[in-house]
Amino acid sequence: MTLGRSFGVALVGLDGHVINVEADIADGLPGYTLLGLPDAALTESRDRVRSALVNSQEAWPNKKVTVSLSPAWLPKSGSGFDLPIAIALLAASSELPTEHIEGVLFLGELGLDGNLRSIRGVLPSLIAAYKAGIRTAVVPWVNRLEAQLMSEMNIIAMESLTQLLRWIRLGERDVPQELPLTTQELEEEFDFSDVAGQAQARKAAEISAVGGHHLLLIGPPGAGKTMIAQRLPGILPALSREEALEVTAIHSVAGGLTQRSALSSQAPFVSPHHTATRVAMVGGGAHVIRPGACSLAHRGVLFIDEAPECGPGVLDSLRQPLESGSITIARSVGSVSYPAQFILVLAANPCPCGKFTGRGRNCTCTSVQVRRYLSRLSGPLMDRIDLRVHVDSLSRVELTETELGESSKTIQNRVREARAIAAARFKDLPWRTNAEIPSRALRTSFLPERAGMNFLHAALDREQITARGLHKVMRTSWSIADLAGHSVPILEDVELAYGLREGMPL
Amino acid sequence: MTSHNKSTGAFGEKVIADFLLARGATILDHNWRIKEGEIDLVALMPTGRIAFVEVKTRRSYAFGHPLESITHDKALRLQRLALAWLATHKCFGREYQIDCVGVLISEDGKHAIEYRANVL
Repeated sequence: MTLGRSFGVALVGLDGHVINVEADIADGLPGYTLLGLPDAALTESRDRVRSALVNSQEAWPNKKVTVSLSPAWLPKSGSGFDLPIAIALLAASSELPTEHIEGVLFLGELGLDGNLRSIRGVLPSLIAAYKAGIRTAVVPWVNRLEAQLMSEMNIIAMESLTQLLRWIRLGERDVPQELPLTTQELEEEFDFSDVAGQAQARKAAEISAVGGHHLLLIGPPGAGKTMIAQRLPGILPALSREEALEVTAIHSVAGGLTQRSALSSQAPFVSPHHTATRVAMVGGGAHVIRPGACSLAHRGVLFIDEAPECGPGVLDSLRQPLESGSITIARSVGSVSYPAQFILVLAANPCPCGKFTGRGRNCTCTSVQVRRYLSRLSGPLMDRIDLRVHVDSLSRVELTETELGESSKTIQNRVREARAIAAARFKDLPWRTNAEIPSRALRTSFLPERAGMNFLHAALDREQITARGLHKVMRTSWSIADLAGHSVPILEDVELAYGLREGMPL
Repeated sequence: MTSHNKSTGAFGEKVIADFLLARGATILDHNWRIKEGEIDLVALMPTGRIAFVEVKTRRSYAFGHPLESITHDKALRLQRLALAWLATHKCFGREYQIDCVGVLISEDGKHAIEYRANVL
């Protein structure tokens, strides 16, 4: 046979397209042509495939080789096509039994020695292949854990081309395939019991975890802002299987699964440095549009320390994902949507020197500097932040307290119960957390008690709160009520919500 | 070029000339040389076409497959030489083809031929 075929997958964002890889071997001068809009890494596959074949004791056809990746109009990138190209070539040049090639997806980069190397985006590739009707996939051994998440498919993990060819030719597999699919226990690295004092910030973090409300922590250096933010994922409920798959898929496309276990059910925690660019924050790239920090934080926490130090426009680029829960990035290669539903946690010093707290006695900043500093956080962004709390320096009493604060486990249980109450309330509705209630529904079906509303209306009359702010306070009050076990927010809940949002003059 | 390589090349060309004769071709010219380069063999094929043959002879695969040394650019140069030959011999417009042959001589003196007809 002089024509060989196999399947690969091209990823555009999280969407995969099954690619027909065809190899044709014709008489003529030795040469290699790769068709189908390959990028640089893919063009280089020729030399990798060649060396891998030769070093796996397979013959390289010294003829005119044409490899076509169809559909041809779709730009393709990356090294994941090495394996399907090698298989198609071998099918064209030698007699390979087609039983284990037809209808099988091949994923993997080839080393020069013929070993299969890991690639990005294994999970989304498998999902795309499954949707296209493919039920068996060969993946690199290194990627097996991620691949096993796609339990509906028959996953064949291989270490090298030689191993794979033995399976194709003889049906022999010398690696055990069926792995136990275990979900990893949550890592107990950070626990809330480490945080001394800071009752208000702890409460705010808990409310934030219940309703998915965004949080701003303001305080002097060393007061524990970062500690609290790092512990927020630990009190969020564990991700469901669907959510965990979603998160793993995003991290897989970004190539960040080395830091995060493929099976982890813990909400992700992403904390980009304040020098991050807008593209780093929302995603982008010329050939491959990669997810940014806000998508990596999907279903988890996006923590930005020293938020006022962020470059102009960086924080405001988060406004769209904050509003819609997803981000669409358009580039010349196409436009890609990544989910981005996260809890935003901002931390800031009260002023440039950081000491404008308490009586502000040691602060060396001028009053203008102090006022300007926090105003770097733009109004529209701040409007989306429901909880704003001071994290002040610890007092002597708080520091010498020997009794440990509540552990993350205890708080997480409370959060889980409160979320269950909210989920029951939203049973037939499209949203799941209090922060997502649309304002219309808020005004018609989700009103707090009359006393609470009177309090808010009075604040509105005094122009202490905007209409949007009023809605935000109502949402937060529902989370507080869920935590307290009130079926409807009472005056106290509304007052607390109001205090957490408006209590701090900005 | 060493005389060793020269004799290897000459041997290969001799082998291919015999190979073509055995298939009913007539050898019109060999080692036709002008400033731009050289054509190893010109043969009138039984089909009536004129074949311009480039022969690459190697003693081992150590430097790769013999035909790999013929790049696309080299093949295009062969075509220019072929047109020059046709013009010189007043048979411009005749059907012609460019053929490339790899000859591998093994240590025991046997040889293997890979004939690729009409490579352009």
